[in-house]
Amino acid sequence: MDPLILLFALGVVARLARSDLRFPEPIYEALSIYLLLAIGLKGGVALSQEPLLNVAWPAVVTIALSFALPFVLFPVLRHLVRLVRADAASVAAHYGSVSVVTFAIAAAYLDRRGISTESFMPVLLALMEAPGIIAGVMLARAGGAGGAPVMREVMVNKGIVLLAGGIIIGAVIGVDGFASLKPLFGDLFRGVLALFLLELGLVVGGRLPDLRRAGHRLVVFALAAPLLLGVAGLACGIWIIGLTPGGATLFAVLVASASYIAAPAAMRMAVPEANPALGISAALAVTFPFNVFVNIPLLTILGSAS
Amino acid sequence: MNTQTHIRCQLTIIAEFVLEARLMALLARLGAHGYTVHEVRGGSFSSEGARHREGVGETDRTIEMKIICERAIAETIAQQVLDEFAQHFSVRVMLAEVEVFRPGKY
Repeated sequence: MDPLILLFALGVVARLARSDLRFPEPIYEALSIYLLLAIGLKGGVALSQEPLLNVAWPAVVTIALSFALPFVLFPVLRHLVRLVRADAASVAAHYGSVSVVTFAIAAAYLDRRGISTESFMPVLLALMEAPGIIAGVMLARAGGAGGAPVMREVMVNKGIVLLAGGIIIGAVIGVDGFASLKPLFGDLFRGVLALFLLELGLVVGGRLPDLRRAGHRLVVFALAAPLLLGVAGLACGIWIIGLTPGGATLFAVLVASASYIAAPAAMRMAVPEANPALGISAALAVTFPFNVFVNIPLLTILGSAS
Repeated sequence: MNTQTHIRCQLTIIAEFVLEARLMALLARLGAHGYTVHEVRGGSFSSEGARHREGVGETDRTIEMKIICERAIAETIAQQVLDEFAQHFSVRVMLAEVEVFRPGKY
């Protein structure tokens, strides 16, 4: 059993049992800064050994796909899940953006099985943070909804700054420059990720009661969407981008994942009339555990068979 | 030191964390001289179910902002905050009279 998953489960159980276990906010903040920077730096170092031109086509497809996702999901959320326009746009934005932790867990899962992936995958991760959120805001605004302008906040949110900044710094310093940082950003990575998952488990446990209020249709969506998006992402990764089976699997996980940090904050400001509990509960309490426990192993099998 | 006190208004705003930057801009625009802000936890026990704003993540964090100023300014700020944010955001606004030592600061 993967220790990362066990720690996540411990967090969920502790919260449901009403344990007083709690991470102080600054620790949570510091852990998330560390994870984003570490993923960015390692991606940048790997990228320094690869011709930049190799990334161009995958980058174009990735941006286009993550921008298009909310437009595909929006009608489903409107008519099948029966959400009002602002809520549907907000939830669509959550699923258009990505979860960095899901990416990290999938990368670790593939690594443990000796399945290699393209070195530029963290670049695709960084590129997928913003377009889905922007598309979600556009969908809400098209119906006359919407609050403060958020384009600047979305483009300079800490996730993008740390990931993109880390990638650029990693690419500039290369393997030799990274050697002095490796004890902190390389060797400790999985331990810190484990701590973060314990905290995430606590948050998910606290979110579970919200699901009852969200309604069964949204729960079904939060299970079906990652499954279908994952398969579509796998197909896109293999046949359109031309990734290796490992890279396509990781890409599929990115497409299947939903944001629960950047998207909720951005949508709260951009579309204040949307119910913030819907998107974050679906993304965090249903889709995230579903991806970790079911979808990552499933997509790995499908990816290896292709 | 002159220990004579003067009456001013203390405006307390308890609001969602995501509103902090917009509240600060509003305070500066409406003539507040300064503010104090810190994070707090709290919740409600409404009939629709208890809601506790104590989780992590920016959408679940809560701030408490205090502004000491002339009553007219405090009332303008309170009105503006309620008009702009109360409909869709979790916001509480309170006014209280306080005694201050250096009235020029407020």
